[in-house]
Amino acid sequence: MDGTSNPQDPLGTVPVLAPGHSYRSMTDKLVGIVFSKNTPTAWFVFMAVGFTLLTVLTVSLCYLVLKGVGIWGNNVPVGWAFDIINFVWWIGIGHAGTLISAILLLFKQDWRTSINRFAEAMTLFAVACAAIFPIFHTGRPWLAAYWLFPYPNVMGLWPNFKSPLIWDVFAVSTYATVSALFWYVGLIPDLATFRDKAEKPWQKRIYGILAMGWRGSARHWFRYETAYLILAGLSTPLVLSVHTVVSFDFAVSNLPGWHATIFPPYFVAGAIYAGFAMVLTLAIPLRAIYKLHDFITMRHLENMAKVTLVTGLIVCYGYACEVFFGWYSGNQYERFMLQNRIISGPYAWSYWMLLLCNFLVPQLLWVKKYRRNIAILFTVSMFVNVGMWLERFVIIVTSLHRDFLPGSWDMYYPTRWDFMTFFGTIGLFLTLMFLFVRVLPMISIFEMRTLLPEASPKHKSEGGAH
Amino acid sequence: MAHHVADTTSHYGLMAEFESAQALLDAAHKVREAGYTKTDAYSPMPIHGLAEALGMKEHLVPKFVLAGGITGLIGGYSLQYWTSVVDYPINIGGRPFHSWVSFIPPTFETTILLAAFAAVISMIALNGLPLPYHPVFNAKRFSLASQDAFFLAIEADDPRYNEEQTRAFLAGLHAREVVKLDH
Repeated sequence: MDGTSNPQDPLGTVPVLAPGHSYRSMTDKLVGIVFSKNTPTAWFVFMAVGFTLLTVLTVSLCYLVLKGVGIWGNNVPVGWAFDIINFVWWIGIGHAGTLISAILLLFKQDWRTSINRFAEAMTLFAVACAAIFPIFHTGRPWLAAYWLFPYPNVMGLWPNFKSPLIWDVFAVSTYATVSALFWYVGLIPDLATFRDKAEKPWQKRIYGILAMGWRGSARHWFRYETAYLILAGLSTPLVLSVHTVVSFDFAVSNLPGWHATIFPPYFVAGAIYAGFAMVLTLAIPLRAIYKLHDFITMRHLENMAKVTLVTGLIVCYGYACEVFFGWYSGNQYERFMLQNRIISGPYAWSYWMLLLCNFLVPQLLWVKKYRRNIAILFTVSMFVNVGMWLERFVIIVTSLHRDFLPGSWDMYYPTRWDFMTFFGTIGLFLTLMFLFVRVLPMISIFEMRTLLPEASPKHKSEGGAH
Repeated sequence: MAHHVADTTSHYGLMAEFESAQALLDAAHKVREAGYTKTDAYSPMPIHGLAEALGMKEHLVPKFVLAGGITGLIGGYSLQYWTSVVDYPINIGGRPFHSWVSFIPPTFETTILLAAFAAVISMIALNGLPLPYHPVFNAKRFSLASQDAFFLAIEADDPRYNEEQTRAFLAGLHAREVVKLDH
């Protein structure tokens, strides 16, 4: 893990950890963020915004349960709209967390270390926001249990396992559970640090219970690292499967605009793209608020910008494939769908906005100077966040509103409740994120220690040059 | 000898503190070479080769993961087969009751789910956690083991343990300090 000064590395001049740190300085800085009495003003501002929006979510969900899904703009033929758009948007955002914590771990990318913890937290919170939509779009969420999960009930009914929707339930709930396990396992040694650094007895007790008596034993570390690596290995195919299954919700149907074989890889790339943009959106302000410039260096931001650019190009390749497949199929419904989506339809503006946000603006990231400019990076990441939302809007609404029979065509207009629920989940996300930052280490402390060269001793008989 | 026997019951063992990860790893090798088996080392982050240096040969976690994965695979598929073919077969879109292709995605997910649970639960259980109390926490400086200090303990019920000799031996490994651990 000592890639801090690799001469082969063109970015070697910008290390993953600023020089001059010791075990103690890193521990004190990262623990100090939580135990400090001077919570930054920005924290209160974000928390206030988040909590206000969370209240909006509570109100809109209560009203939904009271009145039913009729308060949303969904209609026939657009039976699925904001609920599934937002679901896919949030699930996609979650993917970067697992990619950073699992796939980059397997590839031994040491720059993942300072961003994996809060990216994993972001995954959990994004999945929580996502889960609200499918559960509440049933209108009677208290009945969702037997619609979604196979448990022996008095009606003798089971879910339909031939439906992609039930695959989605399995994929998303497994994803949420495994992400939570991965996150908690990663936290255990840091919780022990918190237990040992806490001054107030109640803090010591809470962190102590959560740390489960972790004492840093060599045998424990050995099993811990084995389990962590295996979890990373399991999470890697899992994260690829989740958005693949989400894309099956569409691709398995026969609706023009949904029925395309490019969907699984294109959705996975889109998820990682959206996720990295969201990590940048969060990392840039957190880095500034908590002065984490030593730990989240320009190298992290630049690497994330590169991943964003590459996955963005894959997504654009997906757009090109969709157009080509539709045209090359020779099918009149497919060709009409394209013409309606891109040129003559009432929602054509959303397609061009999507290309602006997801294709045009991110091309700025080819230029090193822009990748290293915080303001530009943040702006591009916001464009991608919007663009990925528009992508799902285009796929879902423009495909549904003009299906096979002109007699069933209709327009879709979201209501205020659609917007309130959507912005409400952003409030839930912000609230959870900032509560997390307040009570748990947002950067993995023990993994940061391993970045120091003195953390990797060599046994003398192996002839290591120490 | 009587004095020695009395000691093993009265305390847990001796613990030496080292300045660095390198010193701890070197000491671990020497402790094992000296024939001690009931030992453990404590560090604020994983140190590559330290458990092996103390003679740890257990590789049980991957086996539990394999067992968990196989259970998830068989269990997930059987659940779908039983509910869709045996218990309540329904004709949906003319598809066969046993639509094995459709059963693959949930089977994949249950495989991963149970393997992941097996990894976490076996790791925690084999480590003997949760454990609210352990004698090493009695050492004054042990709270630094989760921050920037490195420790090595030899337990009193090790066959080669002798309080005075073991203390001298640990001190000879360039330990910063050797302390006696109460139960």
